[in-house]
Amino acid sequence: MTRAADRAKARPPWALIPLAVLAAAFLVVPFLALLQRTPWTGLGDLIGRPVVVDALRLSLLSSLAATGAALVLGIPLAWLLARQRFPGRSVVRAMVLLPMVLPPVVGGAALLFAFGRRGLLGEPVYDQTGLLLPFSTAGVIVANTFVAMPFLIITVEAGLRSMDRRYEDAAATLGASAWTVFRRITVPMVAPSIVAGAVLCWARALGEFGATVTFAGNLQGRTQTMPLAVFLALESGDRQAAIALSLLLIVVSLAVMVPMRDRWLGV
Amino acid sequence: MFAARIELRIGSLDIDVAVDAADGETVALLGPNGAGKTTILRAIAGLLAIERGRIEVDGLVLDDPAAGVFVPTADRPIGLVFQDYLLFPRMSALDNVAFGLRARGMDKPAARAAAAGWLERFGLTGHAASRPRALSGGQSQRVALARALATSPRLLLLDEPLAALDAGTRVQVRTSLRRYLATFGGARILVTHDPVDAMVLADRVIVVEDGRVIQAGTVTDVARHPRSRYVADLVGVNLLHGTRAEPYLVRLASGAELVVADPLPGDEVVVAVRPQAVAVYRDRPDGSPRNVWPATVADVEVDRDRVRVQLEGPVPVVAEVTPGALAELELAPGTRVWAAVKAVELSVYTQ
Repeated sequence: MTRAADRAKARPPWALIPLAVLAAAFLVVPFLALLQRTPWTGLGDLIGRPVVVDALRLSLLSSLAATGAALVLGIPLAWLLARQRFPGRSVVRAMVLLPMVLPPVVGGAALLFAFGRRGLLGEPVYDQTGLLLPFSTAGVIVANTFVAMPFLIITVEAGLRSMDRRYEDAAATLGASAWTVFRRITVPMVAPSIVAGAVLCWARALGEFGATVTFAGNLQGRTQTMPLAVFLALESGDRQAAIALSLLLIVVSLAVMVPMRDRWLGV
Repeated sequence: MFAARIELRIGSLDIDVAVDAADGETVALLGPNGAGKTTILRAIAGLLAIERGRIEVDGLVLDDPAAGVFVPTADRPIGLVFQDYLLFPRMSALDNVAFGLRARGMDKPAARAAAAGWLERFGLTGHAASRPRALSGGQSQRVALARALATSPRLLLLDEPLAALDAGTRVQVRTSLRRYLATFGGARILVTHDPVDAMVLADRVIVVEDGRVIQAGTVTDVARHPRSRYVADLVGVNLLHGTRAEPYLVRLASGAELVVADPLPGDEVVVAVRPQAVAVYRDRPDGSPRNVWPATVADVEVDRDRVRVQLEGPVPVVAEVTPGALAELELAPGTRVWAAVKAVELSVYTQ
């Protein structure tokens, strides 16, 4: 069987091979260089340092919280964009995707103008309740959600657009309310898109730097996530800590992406 | 009891039809692809709103734009079996059937028990836990039917219930579908493009073409008196348009004349000739046939024990002969032959 299948396999277009190898090398070599510089003997101590532990904890917490917020808010918006016609829909879609295109620093500045101490919404909220988002862990989550949620929205919206809507019709003919149809038919059918979107969103949140540092600052234990800690370590000349933090990030990312890639991302 | 008058436009299709069905009656909407049959079903189910007309089941008005009435799909007492069944892929057969009962507020154990009863009635007890993709076409169809009937609708709609099946299982499933349909006491509307489905499953046929009803009647009526080229093709009858030349003589557009047995009912007539009634000869026959004409074989189509021979000439018809006759007459495209039909074999009616 296998042999017959092998014989019928199309020959690769040879011209692509060197370019493909070059692309793979380009993506892998920097990580090899990182590994080559890794101080393996003192790695345990480096990883155990409070600054590293705090950053890892904060990164996992804020990226997961941002993914959760994106699921709760993003799925309804994806549904609205995919299923409802309303005036200005294409404008809304473009605005929603803006955080994917803009430099995250701009996003962080925009967040400050909205939710900062003197921000459009931040000021009245602060006056009423004394709550402040900037320079707090909640602010990190807000910055992560702002930058990462669009990834979830476009993935889920695409899933909703490509699903066979007649299943929803079938459920309606059986007496299901719009909410029951959404919950029991639509969501299970676009589950692969939701998972793929959540993984992309989480990955983006985990790597988020610009919006976070602009909006939430760089306070160890409160707003200093892994990427911020790596940057600070490099700036302050502590290369070994930067390498240890980077390795941790790579391990966490691979642990999530490798099993997901084949199963959910459709590649 | 179901009655509807449906007018609506969708894209370039302009639909204006009247459809009705009594309790216990199966009515087939028969027509080619794109005739608007599925759109009509969707309007009846409330998946589309009509522009003008009225849809009524058991005296309950479901859609009446003039009166401002529109009952949403979920609240209509209608079951719909979709063309490819659309069983929910992530639910077992049992949960598919229980879905409607759950959606209508029944608790889970009760809904599952009722669904199990339906599966048993449809001979599917062993497949209750199966996912839809593990079911055969015939089994999927029965699950879809059970799912639609479990909510006790008063009208059952079936959209091409046999189209998703391969030719081998279709005959058998068609027969069992007829049996299962008989267990449902309400009105049934069946959409199909296959006249055999209509003949086997329906009591009455409504032929739809381009969004209009072109003929309606019992299955036998429609087969015997097809009123358009399309219907004749469907049921396999030759239709020849002509005018009255004499009380018993029809003149065709080609100038050929056909003698009929009954006085002509009007000036513009249609002559229907069953392909089996057309006899084919190598030499000009003498004897009783009143209508004899020369023809050229245009095409020969063998279908198991039947051969359909398409004849060109002054009277273009399809003749049906046996394979034996085909060999004996050495018929092939281009063969020159004589065709004959007895006057009593011609049915004539006005358009």
